Amino acid sequence: MKVAIVKYNAGNTASVANALARVGVEPLITDDAELLRSADKVIFPGVGEASTAMAYLRERRLDEAIASLRQPVLGVCLGMQLLCSSSEENETECLGLLPYEVRRFPGVGLKVPHMGWNQVTDLRGPLFDGFADGEFVYFVHSYFVEVGDHTTALCRYGERFAAALSYGNFHAVQFHTEKSGKVGERILENFLNL
Amino acid sequence: MLAKRIIPCLDVKDGRTVKGTNFIGLRDAGDPVELAEKYSAEGADELVFLDISATNEGRKTFTSLVSDIARRINVPFTVGGGISTPDDIGRLLGAGADKASINTAAVRDPSLIESAARNFGSQCIVLAVDAKLTDDGWRVFLNGGRMATDLDAIEWMRRGVELGAGEILLTSMNADGTKDGFEIELTRSISESVTVPVIASGGAGSRDDFAEVFVRGKADAALAASVFHYGEIQIPELKRFLQMRGIEVRL
Repeated sequence: MKVAIVKYNAGNTASVANALARVGVEPLITDDAELLRSADKVIFPGVGEASTAMAYLRERRLDEAIASLRQPVLGVCLGMQLLCSSSEENETECLGLLPYEVRRFPGVGLKVPHMGWNQVTDLRGPLFDGFADGEFVYFVHSYFVEVGDHTTALCRYGERFAAALSYGNFHAVQFHTEKSGKVGERILENFLNL
Repeated sequence: MLAKRIIPCLDVKDGRTVKGTNFIGLRDAGDPVELAEKYSAEGADELVFLDISATNEGRKTFTSLVSDIARRINVPFTVGGGISTPDDIGRLLGAGADKASINTAAVRDPSLIESAARNFGSQCIVLAVDAKLTDDGWRVFLNGGRMATDLDAIEWMRRGVELGAGEILLTSMNADGTKDGFEIELTRSISESVTVPVIASGGAGSRDDFAEVFVRGKADAALAASVFHYGEIQIPELKRFLQMRGIEVRL
């Protein structure tokens, strides 16, 4: 199986590549549209700030490349947020592939970023095959995707937000699968088995 | 619920762990990667690696060690010790560390926090502060607690957060090494006055100490070294204990 990781300025590509290697896959890290399109699976990771990341993606025409993907794609953390329509982080227009808004945690009585291990519930869909409600996964984020019809995992931090969603061939998780211990590795394996 | 985090800390010199030589079931107790794997398998929520090498050669070894850790460990880890420039941070994050902790260099030049947060994001910049109770209140100490400053610890941590630190690692020099419990009052003051997570460090001796620092000290995470290294507290048992006390942990 060919697995590609989108290479850009906000990707923690090495961490994701390491996690894939632990489950037995050697990924290709690339920003070449053709290579991305010819992969069986594509992972779109991310750590950083939305507007800077989007500017870079547009400049390299990676926005068009990602939009053209028809195979299963997994957005991780900032990658999930960038797949949405827009983000409150510096009022950024995002890729618009997931019909959701990205909002900031209000930070009233809660520490922001939401950092650490939290539980995911109301799990559905193939990414969570074999999981019971209440698994802990690792989050680091100040912005979140609102809950909607395509939410496949919920998390609560003050309010409920989408910890994961699936929309057509686009799947996304707000937590860091690559840092979520054995649970995260099983979610990656489930994605690779789609 | 967001879980309280348990964080073992490993001191590394020239690529080998120091302290903690009586581990059971390890092929090589000095190998930081093997020890880290053991802790993460037992349920450590994060790990901290402090480089205490005194030489450039030791530092280089540490960077390649960080790559090995990143390949084999599936939970987040922070690195610290001797970080003095954004380049140092870039090198360690590039090698696969999730966060970098800065201490003395940030006091010498607070703009380091700002530039580090701007370049790498606040979420990966940990401000480590060694505080000691003096006649004038809690003061910041440098160089592993050997050098006094006249900086007020609480003010410094608040300022660090304003400059962009995404997390505070607070070590009480009074409590460190005593096994008499974490410094509760100071931890709570900080935790209530900053908007970022606080890791309490120094003084862990019993399971009760961890419960206290989470409940009364309002810490988001607790860090310890020797109680884990010498097997005095086992992480799975500690977490079950905390859960029985009504504290949210990842089991």
